[in-house]
Amino acid sequence: MAALANQLPIGLSIAAVLLLIALGLTFTFGQMGVVNMAHGEFIMVGAYTAYLLQGAVGGQSLLVALPVAFAVAGLLGLLLEWSLIRRFYGRPLDTLLLTWGVSLVLQQLARDVFGAPNVQVTAPAWLVGGVDVLGVRLPHNRVFITALAALCVLGVGLYLAKLPQGRRMRAVVQNRELAACSGIATGRVDRSTFLLGSGLAGVAGVALTLVGPVGPGLGTFYIVDAFLVVVAGGLGRLRGAVLAALALGFLNGYLEFWTDASLAKVLVFVAVIAFLQIRPQGMVALRGRSLG
Amino acid sequence: MSGRISLVLCVVLLAVAPLVLSPFRLGLLAKYLCFAIVAVGIALAWGRGGMLTLGQGVFFGLGGYAMGMHLKLREAGPAGLPDFMVWSGVEELPALWKPSANPVFALAAVVVLPGLVAFLLGLLVFRQRVRGAYFAILSQALAAAFVILLVGRQGLTGGTNGLTNFSRFFALDLTDPGGRRVVYAITAAALVLTYLAVKLVVRSRFGALLVAVRDHEDRVRFLGYDPALVKTITFAASAVVAGLAGALFVPVVGIISPALLGVVPSLELLVGVALGGRFSLAGAVAGAIAVNYAKTLFSEDFPEGWLYLQGGLFVLVLVFAPRGLAGVVEAARDRFRRRPREEVAG
Amino acid sequence: MNPVLEVRGLRVVFDGFAALDGVDLTVAEGELRFLIGPNGAGKTTLIDVITGLTRPAAGSVRFDGVELVGLREHRVVRLGVGRTFQTAAVFEELSVVDNLDLAAGFRLPLRSLLRRRRGISDEVAAALETAGLTALADRPAGVLSHGQRQWLEIGMLLVQRPRLLLLDEPVAGMSRDERERTGGLLERIARTHTVVVVEHDMEFLRRYAREVTVLHQGRVLREGSVAEVQDDPRVREVYLGRSKGEAVT
Ligand SMILES: Nc1ncnc2c1ncn2[C@@H]1O[C@H](COP(=O)(O)OP(=O)(O)O)[C@@H](O)[C@H]1O
Ligand SMILES: [Mg+2]
Repeated sequence: MAALANQLPIGLSIAAVLLLIALGLTFTFGQMGVVNMAHGEFIMVGAYTAYLLQGAVGGQSLLVALPVAFAVAGLLGLLLEWSLIRRFYGRPLDTLLLTWGVSLVLQQLARDVFGAPNVQVTAPAWLVGGVDVLGVRLPHNRVFITALAALCVLGVGLYLAKLPQGRRMRAVVQNRELAACSGIATGRVDRSTFLLGSGLAGVAGVALTLVGPVGPGLGTFYIVDAFLVVVAGGLGRLRGAVLAALALGFLNGYLEFWTDASLAKVLVFVAVIAFLQIRPQGMVALRGRSLG
Repeated sequence: MSGRISLVLCVVLLAVAPLVLSPFRLGLLAKYLCFAIVAVGIALAWGRGGMLTLGQGVFFGLGGYAMGMHLKLREAGPAGLPDFMVWSGVEELPALWKPSANPVFALAAVVVLPGLVAFLLGLLVFRQRVRGAYFAILSQALAAAFVILLVGRQGLTGGTNGLTNFSRFFALDLTDPGGRRVVYAITAAALVLTYLAVKLVVRSRFGALLVAVRDHEDRVRFLGYDPALVKTITFAASAVVAGLAGALFVPVVGIISPALLGVVPSLELLVGVALGGRFSLAGAVAGAIAVNYAKTLFSEDFPEGWLYLQGGLFVLVLVFAPRGLAGVVEAARDRFRRRPREEVAG
Repeated sequence: MNPVLEVRGLRVVFDGFAALDGVDLTVAEGELRFLIGPNGAGKTTLIDVITGLTRPAAGSVRFDGVELVGLREHRVVRLGVGRTFQTAAVFEELSVVDNLDLAAGFRLPLRSLLRRRRGISDEVAAALETAGLTALADRPAGVLSHGQRQWLEIGMLLVQRPRLLLLDEPVAGMSRDERERTGGLLERIARTHTVVVVEHDMEFLRRYAREVTVLHQGRVLREGSVAEVQDDPRVREVYLGRSKGEAVT
């Protein structure tokens, strides 16, 4: 029973990381139909940013790394959107392959710059160890990651609901043509979405340095699961992404605990397929009229 | 007609290769041909059917393991156990391996197993009208899960090392250049037959139906067809083709392992198809051979360069020639042909 | 005469908005029925429900006594109900003949589908003739004009030999000449088929309609002959009473 409860913070932090990664994906996918396989490399960029800052700043570099990684990954995303993806709107499958090509190049670039072996980021002292709450062991780093993700979701939620940019973004997600007709500069909205989504991936990368080493393949490890979150959650929906990330995070965590890591992945896949039999549009669906 | 001439030319080239290539180079060519077989299936599913499958490695692997398990059992030691099981302390042959001892079962499994898995997945996914990028993502997740499963079940699958150390392929001695030449011939024949079979499908009514489903799935329903079934059948066919290629890969290269089947290798299978042209079967075959040849060249002297080249190729092809080299050739030919007439009609 | 189509108490709700609200409709064998009503009246939605594209919240659709609600689209087609779309949808990369051949082949078993088409079947040739597309038979359907696409769609419908045809605004966006031809086509088809036509165009209606059903805000407002419907003050108010320009387009 105690072991079961101890699995809780682990499941929660897996969910938190998945969510940070999936947020950007679900909006770029939902809004622009772009399946960005290079998203994983923005995670890697964020993680390496934390690694570099550790050398430069030392001590409390983690707190500096969060905004810097957001900016670096975000700008990289912006660059990708502006230079390549822009030409591919309306061709989702082609963007998938295109961005995979970009991701290969970025990975090799990281290998050439930082070397193939993994590097380590040392967590600040206040994130080492944990506390016991009602007999459940809560490691500080896991709690921090969960809180970070919660904060980001809150931020994105407020952005979508309150800020004019966020409202424009929701409008474009729901109906691009109509939004364009109502005078929204959809190109600009697309770029800000890309900036935001890629930036969050960078933040996820910083978070990941707290639970494991950093290597050129860091992104590939998470991207598939993050895409499953997008599929299960429903396109471009914040609520869907949160629900799906929680479901998949816990499912992953507990299945690994009950069976083992190798079977868990297969079972999660089966679970997603089974879920799609009940709700093919994902947990939270956008409705529209098909065929006219 | 020019298509038929080029086909004959290619068959002649394939037939002459063993006479001019060293056994080592011939082995490499046979490997490329295996990937070319997969490419034919991908061109069918992706180019004709619009189903971007990022999990072809799974079906390649199912075919490969089905074949590898049988070959391993033929060479098994005194306890009837494959070598890797002895090393990892397995004492009795797992139930999953038992049927593989039967050659008929093994050969059937090579195509039935991948076909069945793809059919099941396709039915579940396409009936729910999950398609496009969603399908691509799901097929990729399948590849990820499959590899993790293979690696994790060391005693059953040989883990990361996979199945290797094959010295015989049925009656053929794989250590002997003569035996390897026969394996090459079988592979080349398999490629030609697969190509012809898929070509027939593409030209049939079913081929037209497939294009219709690709371009306007919702409309096809109102012609009284079930698009989910059309897609499922096609997807399964492409899986069968991949399984066949995987099975041949085992005697050709002498190994089948998870490193060949995961997310990245599955995507790599697409590079050649994209380069050659997904809408053209011949283009896909040529692209697959060319890309794998380039990979060999680069990995020999400049391994880091390969990833840049591969990534760069994807980007360049998609930006400048989304229909691949076949598309470029076609456009040039059309322009050449169109000049005299055309304006009259329309 | 036998009713071919019996729609009873049909209700369709989109996000709380009732697009159809208790619609009854009976179409007899061999009838040519016009379905009119202002934009948003629910005409297309009605066809969508009959053909399985949209699930109703309540009500039933019987075709020859068989319940259609709950069947998937291709099953409905296989029972003998065919439809066209407001914006004609044809397969642009396939040739005109292949479009028709595909439509005609929907009862073929997989085994025959896997064979190549040899020549042009009589049925397809006849449909080419009827649709006036014989000269364009081998061109990709993508090159067809808007009017030609509508005719191709109707041709695709005819080769399927449906017992009931549902045409959604077949003359919308057509030139005067094209309307004439479509009207002629419609008359010929109606001689041998049961047809329901959704149409806005008043001139077209006066010329070709016999029985008319008027939909308004998801309900049946009136049913009767063209003259009866035109004289009904309620119909005038919701439909004909508007500015003439609006009614005609
Ligand atoms: N999928 C849908 N979601 C929401 N509203 C819809 C949908 N389909 C139709 N409607 C609404 O239902 C009403 C009837 O539409 P429709 O049947 O297309 O009218 P008509 O064909 O008579 O012009 C319209 O108000 C339309 O906006
Ligand atoms: Mg309408």
